[in-house]
Amino acid sequence: MYELKFIIPEIFLSITIFTLLIFGVFKKNSFEIIYRLTILTIFSLILIILTGENQSAKIFSESFVVDKFSLYSKFLILVSCFFVLLISKKYIIDIKNDKFEYPIIILLSILGMFIIVSSNDLILFYLGLELQSLALYILASIDRDNIKSSEAGIKYFVLSALSSGLLLYGCSLVYGFTGSTNFDQIALMTVDFNTGIIFGMVFIIVGLAFKISAVPFHMWSPDVYEGSPTSVTSFFSVVPKIAGVSIFIKFMYLPFREILTEWQYILVFMSIASMILGAVAAIGQKNIKRLMAYSSIGHIGYAIAGIAAGSENGFKSTMVYISIYVVMNIGAFACILLMKRGNKYVEEIDELSGLSKNHPLISLGLLIILFSLAGIPPLAGFFAKFYIFMAVIESEMYTLAIIGLVTTVVSAFYYIRIIKVMYFDDARKPFEKIIDYKIHGPILLSCIILTSFFLYPSFLNEIVSKVSMF
Amino acid sequence: MIEIGLGHYLTLGAIIFSLGTLGIFLNRKNVIVILMSIELILLAVNINLVSFSIYLSDITGQIFTMLILTVAAAEAAIGLAIIVSYYRNKGSIRVEEIDEMKG
Repeated sequence: MYELKFIIPEIFLSITIFTLLIFGVFKKNSFEIIYRLTILTIFSLILIILTGENQSAKIFSESFVVDKFSLYSKFLILVSCFFVLLISKKYIIDIKNDKFEYPIIILLSILGMFIIVSSNDLILFYLGLELQSLALYILASIDRDNIKSSEAGIKYFVLSALSSGLLLYGCSLVYGFTGSTNFDQIALMTVDFNTGIIFGMVFIIVGLAFKISAVPFHMWSPDVYEGSPTSVTSFFSVVPKIAGVSIFIKFMYLPFREILTEWQYILVFMSIASMILGAVAAIGQKNIKRLMAYSSIGHIGYAIAGIAAGSENGFKSTMVYISIYVVMNIGAFACILLMKRGNKYVEEIDELSGLSKNHPLISLGLLIILFSLAGIPPLAGFFAKFYIFMAVIESEMYTLAIIGLVTTVVSAFYYIRIIKVMYFDDARKPFEKIIDYKIHGPILLSCIILTSFFLYPSFLNEIVSKVSMF
Repeated sequence: MIEIGLGHYLTLGAIIFSLGTLGIFLNRKNVIVILMSIELILLAVNINLVSFSIYLSDITGQIFTMLILTVAAAEAAIGLAIIVSYYRNKGSIRVEEIDEMKG
């Protein structure tokens, strides 16, 4: 019984999911109330995590770990999910997708992510990953009368199931050659060189790279981002990425820490490829959701560069990077969710032309967010990239740093192109006036955080140093 | 008679795994075949895990296998549901026709 107090958030979350599911089945038109209860659940989970147990523990025969690192990831997941749900409500109702299952499936995937970030064992990790992925397949195809949405679901399902299979094959090899599924045991066994373990590690890295859409395993992400409803896209581009990056860090620094030289080159390659593809392929895009997909591939490339540095600073800079990335992406998607004209949501970049004349405040907000995504000082996005490059240079990986800087410049081109379209092109018919504090609030908050970050830039660094696993 | 050892089982697992992976990429006809290939990959992993478990005299691998079987069933159920909803919209599940979005 002593151990149960460490998993109070997980227990609370699963009981709430079952209760909400039963409640939703018996009550007619229950989207509104279930949506509010979901927001309340997430809010109370944040409170539980902030006020709960602060000591770290390894429970259930060391397969489940509660420490500051996992608590920080859970906090970030909850906060971003909270804002994603806030901004997407109007859209869900407008496209007539207000089924009560929607928020519940999101809660289920959150439960999966909780298990992922807390896992200290290959079995538990796999189960958490599948719980998350199964929920995400349904989310991608939730707009079931729309052919694009079901196509996105089918593509995501096939590629993600394949990546789970590859990851699992890696897990079986690692288990076979180390004799244990526990992360700490694996770390002890990898001290002496063994080809089987290296093979397994490569398969596991491939599977993880699929989940966070790093090149060369990114093929699914532009199609899935474009096809699924925008509310789901905003969820996809933020929340699973946090869980994916934190489990990536955990794998690299816990079970595989002794074979750093083996995985470093794979990660450097993936990072360079993601940064280049994210910068180059986004240039020709016309659909803004597709553009955000390539932009997030590029950002994941920078996050992996931090992991590839293989030092404590690299780890910290990746956590800082992903935290700031979340703020920027939620703001950007809140703006995309405002693009509604004549009862229809539009997604083409050209539709933004002349936005500054009709909606000066929204275009100012989008301007700040896009400049920050491009990494222009003094906005927060600049500091995020700055810490990554500092860590990379400290590890003396100059090629990676130079390529990273060049791709930053290239990617600035397509962000600034959107700004040019907004400010200098001929004005079109204004968008429908949407006055909803649930959408404008997050945009304002995101802009405030991004612009005032430079006043005290080490703030996030200090938090991340406290949660560091080292 | 040759003694059948761990190496043989691992080779069998690797062959089935490659068949599954190739099945996904070479298949141009039907999405159901892709589902079957995914199932093959998971079964290859199960062969690996069980043979490792016996070789190491450690029960963990067999527990892992049971859990994978369960997850595979859930995955197949969701996959079929998505395919059904796609078929209702498009009227076909040929792989080369899944091309609404490109770029």
